[in-house]
Amino acid sequence: MEWDWDFVWEILPTLAKGVIITIQATLLGSVLAMVLGLFTALARRSPSKWISAPMFVFNDFIRGTPLLVQLYFLFFILPDLGILLSPLAAGVIGLGIHYSAYISEVYGAGIDNVSKGQWEASKAVNLTVPQTWRHVILPQAIPPMIPALANYFVAMFKETPLLAAITVIELMNAARSVANESYRYLEPMTLVGVFFLLVSIPCVLMLRHLEKRFAPNDQR
Amino acid sequence: MIDWPGYIGLILKGAILTLQLTSAGIALALVMAFVAGLARLSPSASVRWLATIYIEFFRGTSVFVQLFWAYFVLPLIGVPISPFQAGVLALGLNVGAYGAEVVRGAVQAVPREQHEACTALNLTRWQSLRHVIVPQAFVVMLPTFGNNAIELLKGTAIVSLISLSDMTFQAQVVRAQTGNTAIPFLTILILYYLISLVISQSTRRLERRLSAGLDVKT
Repeated sequence: MEWDWDFVWEILPTLAKGVIITIQATLLGSVLAMVLGLFTALARRSPSKWISAPMFVFNDFIRGTPLLVQLYFLFFILPDLGILLSPLAAGVIGLGIHYSAYISEVYGAGIDNVSKGQWEASKAVNLTVPQTWRHVILPQAIPPMIPALANYFVAMFKETPLLAAITVIELMNAARSVANESYRYLEPMTLVGVFFLLVSIPCVLMLRHLEKRFAPNDQR
Repeated sequence: MIDWPGYIGLILKGAILTLQLTSAGIALALVMAFVAGLARLSPSASVRWLATIYIEFFRGTSVFVQLFWAYFVLPLIGVPISPFQAGVLALGLNVGAYGAEVVRGAVQAVPREQHEACTALNLTRWQSLRHVIVPQAFVVMLPTFGNNAIELLKGTAIVSLISLSDMTFQAQVVRAQTGNTAIPFLTILILYYLISLVISQSTRRLERRLSAGLDVKT
């Protein structure tokens, strides 16, 4: 089978449309994961065992089961419950919930890394709890989280092809339909791989930069 | 009347294939992790480059794309491959690339004095790796390997998309035949969770056993 450049130019517009959906799903999923992750991270720190224990099991469960099965579950079960979602919306919700379980660990670790002395010092200078979070804890907790968060966003980006299974026409699905119509798999599949490399290599380089930039002073 | 025992049997049959894929994938991933991880520490620059290309390629593209590439493209360029082989190949090579970085990190984390002591004892490079460095580094690798193995287990779900009848595929079949979604999918979600619990518990136990008598922090 020979590589055919004319065919590549012909299918490029179709694949570009898929690329846009892929990027949309990643961005929306990331935002949702960050928000949901914050809620579960806070719930896991709750003083009440009735709130924190189920959250631990839930996070473990989400991280121990395949995203694909979770997507199927959302896509097929929600309509039974009377909730009609577009495939893309179901996909974004699936990605968001799945990664929120990982991201809540990042938040937890980031908050735990701020030493206890900071809380005591804030109390000593009479800051209220919200003030302590706003001016003391979060400014120290957030920068070290950034590389880890970015890492998960790249991971999520690479898992978006799973949305093809619930009929979202993202890049992989677009490539498959082109391939099925033309019986040529070499170019569409390879282009998908190249696209993922083109996006993720700069992301990895940026990640390394972020890691250096936000590393604690003693590790720089 | 729906024949639930029969359908659950179908799902369990799929579970066996999932387990086979997971164990074959873990075996390939372990080999690749050690080969590529140690190759990255090789004194020869070309060996290091080769390992780096492998690692960055498989970590940079999605496992999904790799699976489809193996399944659709390899036969076209003259490599006959069964869906099962394609699944094991893609999952093993993908997770192996992540594992390689773990191997490299853990070997580098073994204190310098250990390497120097090996040189002082006139051990060959291979002997020092085999008897001194790897036994200590392996304990450090284990927790991350456990997580990687769970990622691999979760990755096996996507082979249902290249027509392998694993657990996820069978759940789809049951859904299509019974029109019931909740039962098959809840069943496999719980089964996946149980398998992942077994993986995490057994790596934890292995870690405790191997770290006995070793002076390493895990």
